[in-house]
Amino acid sequence: MSNGLKTLTNGILKENPTFVLVLGMCPTLATTTSAINGMSMGLATMFVLICSNVVISLLKNLIPDKVRIPAFIVVIATFVTLVQLLMQAYLPGIYDVLGLFIPLIVVNCIVLGRAEAFAAKNSVGLSALDGIGMGLGFTLALTLLGAVRELLGTGACFGLQLFPDNYGALVFVLAPGAFIALAYLMVIINKLQKKS
Amino acid sequence: MVYFLIFISAIFVNNIVLSQFLGICPFLGVSKKIDTAMGMSAAVIFVLTLATVVTYLLQMLLVAWGLEFLQTILFILIIAALVQMIEIILKKISPSLYQALGVFLPLITTNCCILGVAILVANGTEKLPLGAEHGMLTGTLFAFATALGFGLALILFAGIREQLALAKVPEAMKGTPIALLTAGLLAMAFMGFSGVV
Repeated sequence: MSNGLKTLTNGILKENPTFVLVLGMCPTLATTTSAINGMSMGLATMFVLICSNVVISLLKNLIPDKVRIPAFIVVIATFVTLVQLLMQAYLPGIYDVLGLFIPLIVVNCIVLGRAEAFAAKNSVGLSALDGIGMGLGFTLALTLLGAVRELLGTGACFGLQLFPDNYGALVFVLAPGAFIALAYLMVIINKLQKKS
Repeated sequence: MVYFLIFISAIFVNNIVLSQFLGICPFLGVSKKIDTAMGMSAAVIFVLTLATVVTYLLQMLLVAWGLEFLQTILFILIIAALVQMIEIILKKISPSLYQALGVFLPLITTNCCILGVAILVANGTEKLPLGAEHGMLTGTLFAFATALGFGLALILFAGIREQLALAKVPEAMKGTPIALLTAGLLAMAFMGFSGVV
């Protein structure tokens, strides 16, 4: 049981995919223009991560080693297509905002990386927990970055206007701001980790 | 004239890394030295142009058979297979080029800019300057120009990082944070091109 709990919290703190492993940077920088967008992207990725981890863990003894990576990619791509179609049907607003980055979940280094490093070698239960942990870590990171960018850029957070728009620095919602905001978040987390 | 504008647009105004956010992982990972940056850029130019042509043709088939939902799965498999094939062919035709590109070729399979540009061009949603029509020729030129833009951003970044390695950086900022900050400033510089096309 403690093994499971350790797996779960691993992805949130110790091996956070965004701040520690520095994986999956493309969606991190591109979809965090607001807290809600970041959170939606994180949740979509988490769904794919959990499902693909479980399926790959179930099939790990049946997949020959030589075709390992293509097989993983097919499994992941199937779930990404599933998410794509579901979002297109039931969440069209978010689908339009996230745009190209939903099909790009299939090349998200986190998903393939965890499949290769964890799901292919561990039980179904642990793989599922790893998927949840990494997914939560990713979602939290994206939501945090999105919230920071939205707050500094437009004075709103999760859609609630906290201070007037014209006091915001629009650069944070644009391309350079993504890099800069993420850089400083990493610096703060580095400093906090050094202290503890 | 419009073909020239496609190049300006894809390389400077809508640079794939600095304003479209595709290809960040290799951008941060492979840009520590100018040599490796050049190798990666060459590989991307090669693969991206070829992959776009192949996936464009595939999309025409998918639309004809009503199987658009298979786009994601088939595109990524095609790209993976294409990279394998390019590796084998290069090894036979030009061992020196194969040596130069080395380890970067297999790394490109999971590069989001390859799949990203392939999807954009296949769906006809890539950003083209006014007056350009979406089609196979403009799509291919767009892909080639985009890859050149990727190379430009990568080599510029590598040059800066080589200098940065010699500078005094605060402890908490060493490594990825200072790289991201530099990328942010580079992105800000490239914002100066917006509105040109």
